Amino acid sequence: MIHELLFTPFDAAFMRRALAGCVALSLAAPPLGVLLVLRRMSLTSEVLQHGILPGVAIGAVLGGLSLWAMGLGGFIAGLAVVLLAGVLARATGGREDSQLAGLYLLALALGVAIISTTRGVDLGHLLFGSVLAVDGAALLLMAGAASIAVLGLAVIWRPLVVESFDPDFLRAMGGLGAAWHLAFMALVVLCVVAGFAALGTLMSIGLMMLPAVAARHWSDRLGGQMRAAIVMALLASYGGLLLSFHADVPGGPAIVLMAGVQWLAGLLAGPHASLRARWSASRADGADGADGAGA
Amino acid sequence: MVGMVTPPPITIEDLECRFGRRRAVAGLSGTFAPGSLTAIVGPNGGGKTTLLRALAGLHPLHGGRIDRGGLAARQIALLPQASALDRSFPVTCGEVVALGAWGAMGAWGAAPAGLDGQVEAALGEVGLHGFAARQVGALSAGQFQRVMFARLILQDAPVLLLDEPTSAVDARTEADLMALIRAWHAEGRTIVAVLHDLELVRATFPQTLLLAGEPVAWGPTANVLAPENRLRARLLAEAQDTPRRRAA
Repeated sequence: MIHELLFTPFDAAFMRRALAGCVALSLAAPPLGVLLVLRRMSLTSEVLQHGILPGVAIGAVLGGLSLWAMGLGGFIAGLAVVLLAGVLARATGGREDSQLAGLYLLALALGVAIISTTRGVDLGHLLFGSVLAVDGAALLLMAGAASIAVLGLAVIWRPLVVESFDPDFLRAMGGLGAAWHLAFMALVVLCVVAGFAALGTLMSIGLMMLPAVAARHWSDRLGGQMRAAIVMALLASYGGLLLSFHADVPGGPAIVLMAGVQWLAGLLAGPHASLRARWSASRADGADGADGAGA
Repeated sequence: MVGMVTPPPITIEDLECRFGRRRAVAGLSGTFAPGSLTAIVGPNGGGKTTLLRALAGLHPLHGGRIDRGGLAARQIALLPQASALDRSFPVTCGEVVALGAWGAMGAWGAAPAGLDGQVEAALGEVGLHGFAARQVGALSAGQFQRVMFARLILQDAPVLLLDEPTSAVDARTEADLMALIRAWHAEGRTIVAVLHDLELVRATFPQTLLLAGEPVAWGPTANVLAPENRLRARLLAEAQDTPRRRAA
């Protein structure tokens, strides 16, 4: 019975491919998400996942539905969004959030417009992904992008973490702050494109951001947060695929839902910065402590 | 930090720095002599932090020049304003202090031999013995500033730029940090510090630069802090403020 519930679904080749792709993504994307959260760039990642859609659409038009063409188009569009977001941040003195919201809507509308003028492209597939239809090529794309992201992060790790904590220090030491930032964002774009292949452009950062946000509630150490985020992404992938198989929920949303459940659990009951932690801290402080209701 | 250091003089010629269109610092010329201990005081928005950042090579010059006497930017250590850093960032005290050895490590180099011992010693010197493995998020404002001072100890720079080194710390920490600053001065380092507390400036800093967008006075502290100079600084600051208020 338990065996049938938990393991038999993976007898099917499409389920195994889906799992393999999600495992690759779960090893690469969550550490990038943790750093995005620490750099206060969660919103930028949101913009990025919609920002790749016009590129994906143009890739689909020019490359005739080739996944590699769509991936390349998405990658180029993502890099363009990164540069544009940087220009907006500089032009607005760090108050770019409203501009980013504009960019996000514009990119989504442009992508949908391009796709709907093209015959043979399933808009639903691009928006919501089709993790259960991951084929050999998509698996190669996801695993390849994930490998580059893991290795790339290892190479830029030290200056990137320093730049996240004290950017002026790195610049004063002649450490090329902007270059590390751009290299990091290129890795993020790579993972967003890899995520798009499975989860679609509406939720491609699901395995990157939700475990990263949740990880803050499980550890107050950088390494601990990264490990927690990876474990949660793996669990969400496995649980989501099972949910999808048994309850006939589309794969992408099922995985993101599972990640969301973990986030809520952490927010409520995790050992750090959770409602439980605040509640016990305010009890310890006495009646005039924090009300414990803020998020 | 042991033994004597001989930094070169740092000379500023007709410096102008801007924030967007607004002039933050203008018409500043002068020299920080080797081994001098100078306080920068003046009204808020008077360009004190901008000047420090320009000296560290972090703010572009709109006009004029800064001659660092052949020192590379990395040989000038900057203590940023405490509020400029994210104190909830998940790093340990030891990791922050070890950054002081960045010059020897860079992005990919191995940590120099004995780094852990140096970090421990520096933390001990600022009164935080045994804190290496603690998260900075768990520290008080005063303890955090002590960690930043320990990083300066490891940096071992001939020139130190300190932005409000003792703001928001308790009296005990302030006394300890000022003692460190005096010790660095005694070793021959050039020190420039932005401060608000004029009593502290009078007690410790032989030289003062009073800055209100443009320089009001630069020289021996007692002369610079004369009432007529402070009045002029306040008038300059109010004159700068008025058009901005009207615009808002």
